[in-house]
Amino acid sequence: MHLGLIAAIVLPRRGRRRTPSEDADGELVARLRAGEEQAFLALVERHNASMLRIAGSLVSSSAIAEEVVQDTWLAVLRGIDGFAGRSAFRTWLLRILVNRATSTGMRERRSVAVGDAGPVVDRARFDASGAWMSPPQHWVEEAEERMLAQGLAQQIHAALGELPALQREVVLLRDVDGLSGAEVCEVLEISEANQRVLLHRGRSRLRQALEDELGGS
Amino acid sequence: MFWNRAELACQEMVELVTDYLEGALTRSQRRRFEAHLAGCENCTEYLRQMRATIRLTGSLHAGDMTPAMREELTELYRRWRAEGD
Ligand SMILES: [Zn+2]
Repeated sequence: MHLGLIAAIVLPRRGRRRTPSEDADGELVARLRAGEEQAFLALVERHNASMLRIAGSLVSSSAIAEEVVQDTWLAVLRGIDGFAGRSAFRTWLLRILVNRATSTGMRERRSVAVGDAGPVVDRARFDASGAWMSPPQHWVEEAEERMLAQGLAQQIHAALGELPALQREVVLLRDVDGLSGAEVCEVLEISEANQRVLLHRGRSRLRQALEDELGGS
Repeated sequence: MFWNRAELACQEMVELVTDYLEGALTRSQRRRFEAHLAGCENCTEYLRQMRATIRLTGSLHAGDMTPAMREELTELYRRWRAEGD
């Protein structure tokens, strides 16, 4: 598992991170078609970091991830005239990327079960009626503080690395890169229902990892 | 599954959190989810933690592109242009 490309840089929260607007992408794509090198570099600037992170979670080394990202940009250049604009540029781009990364000697992604069966919170923490017996401890404030002090990013990073591949991809795309659920379905070619199950399992595991780190039960 | 019983148990709540946050529950399901929340401090805390988890995950950022990478991609563009001409 290679996730070294997620630099543990933590910025103070400023609301939900905004994703690049489709308008700006659309304009850059038009300029790229017109042969403007600067437009290409601007697109690279906007999307390269996400691409490296996603590729990094799918292949075994950062060198391979960089290669996959470069291959993807070349495919974009070669295919830009045929890009119909039916989907957003970013969705199209990430789909090419994921397809390349998965065909680059990676495990068979489609065979990964959507839901690893079992409850997201240990059964032993509930009584026979299903009420909390060992309830969640309080740690949200401490977590926010430690995140600001850069102490927690490593743990989250490590917990992401422990997730099954598809759960990790969904969580990265949704919660780190800020794609919508519909966009994630398109990029990963999964159904809405599967997307939600994967998101649920991935986020629940990350919550548990935080609780383990910050002293819960 | 759980919906035919009168009240949701905490153990069921933790499985429904994402559907709730995603707006994937029907109106009546959402009402029951929120009714449980209103009377359960622990599940309220759990939901708060899930929201915090999403926020904290969202604060991971990739590093900026290295100058070397930018140069390589500029090269890539120029090679591609040459290939087309
Ligand atoms: Zn409860």
